[in-house]
Amino acid sequence: MGSIKIFHALYNDDDILLSAVKKIKEKHYDIDEVYTPFPVHGLDKVMGLEPTRIAIAAFIYGCIGITVATLMMNYIMIVDWPQNIGGKPSFSYIENMPAFVPIMFEMTVFHAAHLMVITFYLRSRMWPLKKAENPDPRTTDDHFLIEISTDKPVAGLRKLLKDSGAVEINEVKPKEY
Amino acid sequence: MYTLSNRFKIFSLSLIILGSLGWFYSYTASHLTLDEVKVLIAEESHHGSHSDDMHNMSHQNEKHHNEDSHHGDEAHGHEDEHAEHVLHQIHNRPYAALYVAAFFFMMISLGVLAFYAIQYASQAGWSPVLFRVMESITYYLLPGAIIVLLIAIIGDKHIFIWMDPEVVAHDEIIQGKESWLNKNAFILRGLIYIGGWSLYRYFSRKFSLAQDNAKDNKNFKRNFQLSAGFLVFFIYTESMMSWDWIMSVDPHWFSTLFGWYVFASMVVSGITVIALITIYLQTKGLMKYVNDSHLHDLAKFMFGFSVFWAYLWFSQFMLIWYANIPEEVTYFVTRIEMYPIPFFTMFCLNFIFPFLVLMNSDYKRVPIFIIMAGVIILIGHYMDVYMMIMPATVIDRYGFGIAEFSSILIFLGLFLLLVFYSLSKEELLAKGNPMIKESENFHY
Repeated sequence: MGSIKIFHALYNDDDILLSAVKKIKEKHYDIDEVYTPFPVHGLDKVMGLEPTRIAIAAFIYGCIGITVATLMMNYIMIVDWPQNIGGKPSFSYIENMPAFVPIMFEMTVFHAAHLMVITFYLRSRMWPLKKAENPDPRTTDDHFLIEISTDKPVAGLRKLLKDSGAVEINEVKPKEY
Repeated sequence: MYTLSNRFKIFSLSLIILGSLGWFYSYTASHLTLDEVKVLIAEESHHGSHSDDMHNMSHQNEKHHNEDSHHGDEAHGHEDEHAEHVLHQIHNRPYAALYVAAFFFMMISLGVLAFYAIQYASQAGWSPVLFRVMESITYYLLPGAIIVLLIAIIGDKHIFIWMDPEVVAHDEIIQGKESWLNKNAFILRGLIYIGGWSLYRYFSRKFSLAQDNAKDNKNFKRNFQLSAGFLVFFIYTESMMSWDWIMSVDPHWFSTLFGWYVFASMVVSGITVIALITIYLQTKGLMKYVNDSHLHDLAKFMFGFSVFWAYLWFSQFMLIWYANIPEEVTYFVTRIEMYPIPFFTMFCLNFIFPFLVLMNSDYKRVPIFIIMAGVIILIGHYMDVYMMIMPATVIDRYGFGIAEFSSILIFLGLFLLLVFYSLSKEELLAKGNPMIKESENFHY
């Protein structure tokens, strides 16, 4: 695998970046990753990434949340210490359900939101104290970076990147970072 | 440009005629004599325990409602009194059925008018391609609202118990509200609401049409100012209208968020109808410039306002249920005990169904899902209006029969006729709107 070379091309505008990604894709080079300082609208489409499945996860988390809330309120208010709710001492969950709806709603939102964030972090392989994967600190400021690995002749790729508006092109050693 | 075909005209006219015939039939059929009603009651009590239950319940309710009005006449037999109430309820039904349908279609139109004003006031960039559809739906508002007011006036004590001097004479609570709830003030307020809405509609449409061929944006700016002003007028009058035209059917009961609740119903039905008419016109090969992102946005609003409606419905319900104050809680006791199936079905249709169907982002772009959810939403909101009016007018003598169905036919026919007539009058694209380019290129 010694013949594979990795290139970092830097851009300083999101529109130029988008058209560059399109051009590189047209020439059938493999884009490993694009690092941007902010989310670029439409980048996922030109890169050909699969649509996110976080919505499905969110739905499942919401269902977990509403279940947790139901079980929790049933235990707290009905089983463990039966409460007289609204002057209606029926001690039945279903009859007192309207009083628990706000809690069920909040817990649904709480679980969906927090678990979604955690899922997103894990899916992006991020956790506390992890060393940044970011190859160039300028991509956290005002530069956009495309990482390409190729086993084709290098000159053609260099020209392509230059023409697509790259401000800087670096060849890097594999696993340098 | 849309042309109103003869077939469409004949179709909607026949709906109106068929509906009218059905309604008059139910009207004459409702004119029973006291003796006939007694026979009816006797027959029903042999039917089985179910209808017996219903009777007892309704009787308690009557006693509760009319305690004051029947102080002296103990000479009246218990049976006679009951039969008389049943007779009144049977009499009320055609009026109430007509009123529910009339209000429902008026409400769609009014909801669209408010939505349209919001588009102008917020200078929304996505929606100008839909302006002509919205303007056409609001064309129904003036005739529709006048009809509602007329039915209210002609229906009189058949719909609004406080319009019956006999009842008021024995009811201290209504007497205390007489400065608001009296017939002259009711008519005057009704005319003010209708006048204000129609004036806005008239001028806004005029400026919108004038903008089509204008060189500058003067008309657009005028429309912006007019819409912002109208929204202020609207939110006050809409709230008062909902007290007058709906909440006062239960004159003892009141809810402070009733106006918002009706507003949510109004807007979600209105947006649904915008979406349905747009999809219909697209199947006719018109409105090519409406893409699936526009439909997506309409469906988002349908979804959002369905949830908003459920939120207000529940807010009203929960506070009253929790506090359990007798004069407030009767409203829901009547509905849950006597209308258990329509009450909970309505909630499922208006909230759970659109919530599940329209939750997925991709489904919001597929016409068939929008149509499905839209039809269910419209049925649900018809039931919502039904649940507001019927329990106060016909108590337990409710049902979905000829009276209700014909009433829907009448107003559906009239609505379709007027809306599509208005659509056929002008170009379907508000081409002079300064934001039309943005709207045509709108994508998500």
